[in-house]
Amino acid sequence: MSAPTLQKGLNAFAEQIDAPIASFFSSCVHCGMCADACLFYTETGNPKYTPIHKLEPLRRFWKQEYTLMGRLKKALGLSKAISDEELEEWKELLYNSCTLCGRCSMVCPVGNDLAYMIRKTREGMAASGHAPIDLVGASNRSVTIGSPMGVRLPALQAQSRKAAKETGLDIPFDQVGAEYLILLSSMEIMNYPEYLQAIAKIFKQAGKTWTLASDAFEATNSGIQIGVSDIARELVSRVVNAAEKLQVKTVISPECGHAYTAIRWDAPNLMGRKLGFKVRHILEVLEDFRQSGLLKTEGLEESKITFHDPCQIARRGGVIDEPRHLLNLVSNNFVEMNDHGKMNWCCGAGGGVSANEEAHEIKIKVFNRKVTQLKELKVDTLVTACANCRIQLEEGLEEYQIDLPVVGLTEMIAEHLVETK
Amino acid sequence: MNSATFLIWVRETGFLIASSIFIIGLTIRFFEIFMLGRKKDLSEPKGCAMRGGFKTIFTRFLPQDSNTFQRSYFIIIAGYVFHIGLLVALFLLVPHIELIRAALGFGWVGLPTPVVDFLTVLSLISMLALLWHRLTNPVLKMISDAGDYTAWILTFLPLLTGYLAYHHLFFDYTWLLAFHILSAELLMIMLPFTKLMHTFTIFVSRFYGGAISGHKGVQV
Repeated sequence: MSAPTLQKGLNAFAEQIDAPIASFFSSCVHCGMCADACLFYTETGNPKYTPIHKLEPLRRFWKQEYTLMGRLKKALGLSKAISDEELEEWKELLYNSCTLCGRCSMVCPVGNDLAYMIRKTREGMAASGHAPIDLVGASNRSVTIGSPMGVRLPALQAQSRKAAKETGLDIPFDQVGAEYLILLSSMEIMNYPEYLQAIAKIFKQAGKTWTLASDAFEATNSGIQIGVSDIARELVSRVVNAAEKLQVKTVISPECGHAYTAIRWDAPNLMGRKLGFKVRHILEVLEDFRQSGLLKTEGLEESKITFHDPCQIARRGGVIDEPRHLLNLVSNNFVEMNDHGKMNWCCGAGGGVSANEEAHEIKIKVFNRKVTQLKELKVDTLVTACANCRIQLEEGLEEYQIDLPVVGLTEMIAEHLVETK
Repeated sequence: MNSATFLIWVRETGFLIASSIFIIGLTIRFFEIFMLGRKKDLSEPKGCAMRGGFKTIFTRFLPQDSNTFQRSYFIIIAGYVFHIGLLVALFLLVPHIELIRAALGFGWVGLPTPVVDFLTVLSLISMLALLWHRLTNPVLKMISDAGDYTAWILTFLPLLTGYLAYHHLFFDYTWLLAFHILSAELLMIMLPFTKLMHTFTIFVSRFYGGAISGHKGVQV
């Protein structure tokens, strides 16, 4: 990336403005309902976290450049130009206090997709040098090392050997012609090795071939979180190239919400072409297996469980019914949170927030929303399907001194598999 | 200028100016929006974007769930009462329908005047409540600008002057009627260039927002 400047930021804004954005800003009546839908507002009471307010720089840019009245005002010197100082002030609002969860987009009475706009605004923020330093670091590590957390292939190989030993099953690498390519998030490699073990067991029982790719195992995409399409494209192209080289039919996004968004929805648009394979979230694949009778389970969870819908998988990804079918397969005591599915409250750490140390304090503060939801239910186990949500849930529960185990849905299913010889 | 010549001016020249600016303004604004276009989404759909888009145009008339309603009930109720009163007064008051019939050659059945009257008063009260809310609620105070207050005045004046004129209150009827028409013309002139444009773009923004969700298979 060349040195960022304000002009580059404004150019990036210009590239992002499209008809949906123009219609969204034209329709906004400043009703403030988006504030009530955002946990950064509800848990702090600070009006600056109102989602539409976070978009003020983009709105001004649109108005000044893409409307007749705005251009007139600008020509007459009646409008305030966007400055570096202003963008620097908005950094906190656009990165630290927005997880791109899109809950505001669901309540906006005029139908504005605010998360779509925030994602696009970040392009201008990064290009003008106003992205958080930690996200810049994570993006650089992703490009140079291949993982935002700096996880290299040997770390994965070590985990794979461990998984092979634990399960007695082969962990295949670079198998040409395998049906599925499994992607992982760094978080799963470092913190949740259970996931890879669960995959090995489930696919063995289902009789499906799968593989990891040694040159493309990381599913997360810092380029999308920081808002640099060039980096995002570079990162997804590694996965796309590996999948096409290995001739897999389906690429499976791991239990990570933003990774799913990156590879499922953004990858073809970043590459500028349709992909030669399908992309599915692991929960969609498990649900396919269940429907085809390939997922044979036994026993039921004894504890009372609930499910935290990761925003990018449910509200922004349409994977809402699948986890419920799967949970009911292994539990008869599954209860829903007060707000769930597409209206679930975000964990508070997605969209780059968890990778951003500047946002640490606020992400724990807004976790209070999840605490409130959980206190209403009094469950014994919290299940989710996103490693990033999971680490926030575990850390948040610890901070709020709540003793509640957090489990990934894939590993919960794996624990109930009928033993096959 | 006396009241009669003023009334004639607003009815004829004034109306011609206002409706011309209204139509040209709307055309410019829609052109500004649609000429930007949008990129084709190349990702494999999980649901139907068109269906999600068209469905959201209707479903977004109501809050998504009871929790959203509870959190934002004031703005939802006051907003609805004000919009219903405004639309009823505009399209279901018999004198307005007669105007439309005279201009376009067709009309429809209006509501009894006391009903329109009652809803207009409710609408005026709701608008005052919404203004108070905007001036006192921390979120609204923060996000409101001159455009919000301009739009409020532009909407409030025709309702108020219409009510006063109909009941022959306080001022000379001819002057009141002329000012009522003038206020409606001001509203027409300013609508395309203020947030009042949402009257038309709401269908576009709901479509786009719903299409994004629909493509991903999210129920809207």
